[in-house]
Amino acid sequence: MTTTATTKVRKKGPRDNGAPDYKQNLHPLMVKNYGKWAYHEFVKPGVLVYVAENGDKLWVVRAGSPRTLSVDKVRKICDIADRYAEGYLRFTSRANLEFSLAKKSNIAPLIKAVKEELGFSVGGTGHSISNVTHTQGWLHCNLPGTDAAGPVKALMDELFEEFVHDDKLPMRVKISASCCQINCGGQADLAINLQHHHPPRIKPEGVGICELPKVVAICPAAAIRPRATEGQTTLEVVAEKCMYCGACHGQCPTMEIRDAQTDTLSIWLGGKTSSTRKGPSFMRLAVWGLPNNPPRWPEVSGAVKNILSAYKQTGRKFERLGEWVDRIGWKKFFELTGFPFTKYHIDTTEMARSTFNTSAQVRL
Amino acid sequence: MADKIDTSMVDELESGPWPSFITDLKQLSKRKPAVGQLLGQLNQSYKDKWNYWQGTVLNVDGYGGGIIARYSELSSQYPAIAQFHTIRVIPPAGWIYSTKTLRNLCDIWDKHGAGIMQLHGMTGDILLLGTDNETTFDCAEELFENGWDLGGSGGALRTLACCVGPARCDMACFDTMDVTTHLTNTYISQLHRPEFPYKYKFKLSGCPNDCACSMQRSDMPIIGTWRGPMQINQAEVATFVKEHGEQYVMDNVITRCPTNCITLEKKKKIVVDDANCVHCMHCINVMPKALRPGKDKGVTILLGGKRTLKIGDTMGSVLVPFMKLETPEDYQNLTDLVDRVWDFWGSNAHDHERVGEFINRVGLGTFLEGIGLAPDPQMVRAPTSSPYIKFEELAPGRFGGESKHNPAVRSEEVEAMERAE
Repeated sequence: MTTTATTKVRKKGPRDNGAPDYKQNLHPLMVKNYGKWAYHEFVKPGVLVYVAENGDKLWVVRAGSPRTLSVDKVRKICDIADRYAEGYLRFTSRANLEFSLAKKSNIAPLIKAVKEELGFSVGGTGHSISNVTHTQGWLHCNLPGTDAAGPVKALMDELFEEFVHDDKLPMRVKISASCCQINCGGQADLAINLQHHHPPRIKPEGVGICELPKVVAICPAAAIRPRATEGQTTLEVVAEKCMYCGACHGQCPTMEIRDAQTDTLSIWLGGKTSSTRKGPSFMRLAVWGLPNNPPRWPEVSGAVKNILSAYKQTGRKFERLGEWVDRIGWKKFFELTGFPFTKYHIDTTEMARSTFNTSAQVRL
Repeated sequence: MADKIDTSMVDELESGPWPSFITDLKQLSKRKPAVGQLLGQLNQSYKDKWNYWQGTVLNVDGYGGGIIARYSELSSQYPAIAQFHTIRVIPPAGWIYSTKTLRNLCDIWDKHGAGIMQLHGMTGDILLLGTDNETTFDCAEELFENGWDLGGSGGALRTLACCVGPARCDMACFDTMDVTTHLTNTYISQLHRPEFPYKYKFKLSGCPNDCACSMQRSDMPIIGTWRGPMQINQAEVATFVKEHGEQYVMDNVITRCPTNCITLEKKKKIVVDDANCVHCMHCINVMPKALRPGKDKGVTILLGGKRTLKIGDTMGSVLVPFMKLETPEDYQNLTDLVDRVWDFWGSNAHDHERVGEFINRVGLGTFLEGIGLAPDPQMVRAPTSSPYIKFEELAPGRFGGESKHNPAVRSEEVEAMERAE
């Protein structure tokens, strides 16, 4: 199962070069004003200006990229940065491009070049929907139950107006997508995550390649145990204990957790990493059982748009999605969106009681 | 070959206003046949709702990670992607590049691989998709010769990530770029050669807005903050109130403060009760010209954040409420703390147990003793509500409170001593 690499003697062992020197990669105005920025302003959707204490201005243009880029596309990006942005650029944690410009007059031609030469659009600032962070999916992961870049492309086509404007929402909405229940896509205001629906199916003939004690140990539900059959040690799963997380699948590929027929997608709401206002929060289950429907996953896009429509109508300025639901209550959320509240929405973990309404405060 | 590959399903992703990675990869496939075959396999996945990659292990000499090795289960149909690996590369801090740097990377990658780049992966690495076993080594060699280095994978320190910080942000409270580079280079061995129970991630954000998403995506979030008074430009406050109106300031600034420590006086002056400010950033975000972080800047260090497997999501929790992070001595204090955390976690954690999970199992109090850090009320929201506590100082008997007068209560330690006797 394991591919053996051809051994070839190299010149040297590990080089341990470390990180590239960031100082060699900074725009000259960043070097000049390092740590001396006074304030910033939103100029228009996708464009900000950072003003230094000495009055220097650095104009920033943000464009949405698909994250997966050919070298040819990256070279075109470099061409544009050379022409209009003094030869420097930045990528954000959400795979947006950010060009930093010394000259305001370069903004318009840069935006035109980004549109015409790259096919990218400018936006993702202010109260917008910025680029969706996502995982590898079928393009290159060994564990996914669905694709990631594909659903994201399909979703961003639907949410394009919210990307290129910065005033269509009460506050910014960060979205993530994860292609298995390891959920590498991370917490977000709104997350689209794959959900498995049965215990792993063990392929007994393949168990031999795995370290069985490690597979047993990794199960958070203690549902996996060794079993000796006909002189061979294999594994078995206690179905009642298994919570279908797939932790074992990452440890041992024969613990096949995925199912093309039954895997579905769920939508989670209210994750927030920033400490603003009431601080960070985790997202909560909102919608479950959406079909895993390539190539464009229309049911997912539809559900997301439904939620965002309710948020647009009743959210207050500067109120993130989770804060909005906290204020109006989940009862109102399910009324506004029409999604059902079910027993599966109720927490069953050891944290469960902390999520119950332990008060007489009810909305009637 | 290329014209025979069925891409009918993924072709559906070429329309629409958002840029299509399919269109870009199709262009690339004209000169990189492996990319065409990759699209063929992807199309098959779309048809079957099934994945055709298997993971394996491949390491560059002297490195214990950084290569995410994949081979295709459809290699008879798509031989060019039989082996199709990802190389993780450490980016410059803050993901800021000169085009010279980025072109150098493109040239190396174009020469040795399939030419697909992801900028960037969820951890923050540059991802180069598409080498076989042999070209992985050739590519790595040329990357090294050009000053690049491999990122982390497995039970190792992972590639660090930070926000743009002082390079281009008025809210940065410490030098995220420099500390990220310093930690990367100080711990480059731990990054390249897995020696931990499981992965360890740092993410660094210049202020509590946490643009690096450190709270929920890193084991050790380092977040900029300040102590003492917030900087207020009252002239700009007056201008802001004039432009937006008093009601706007009340609704969107004053009443949004989580500790009610900010007030608007006489419709033109902002007063902050700095002792009760928790540095949440909201008011500064809304009025960045008028309000700024204070001048005495430093960091809050947290510990234990991670995504959901296996015990559920955890956020980082406060470990050090405030420390300065400016001088070489400050940097030394930080790495001393990291060393103590790694030492205790590394010696006592289970296999595959992140540091947050480890703290959940042993208790934060035990953990603090283990790393030699005094408990601080800012580490918790509130003290425990459970009365069942083992007060070591108040317990009688010889062994941590085990009563020697009660023969029914026995500790493993007592039994071991008796056996020895």
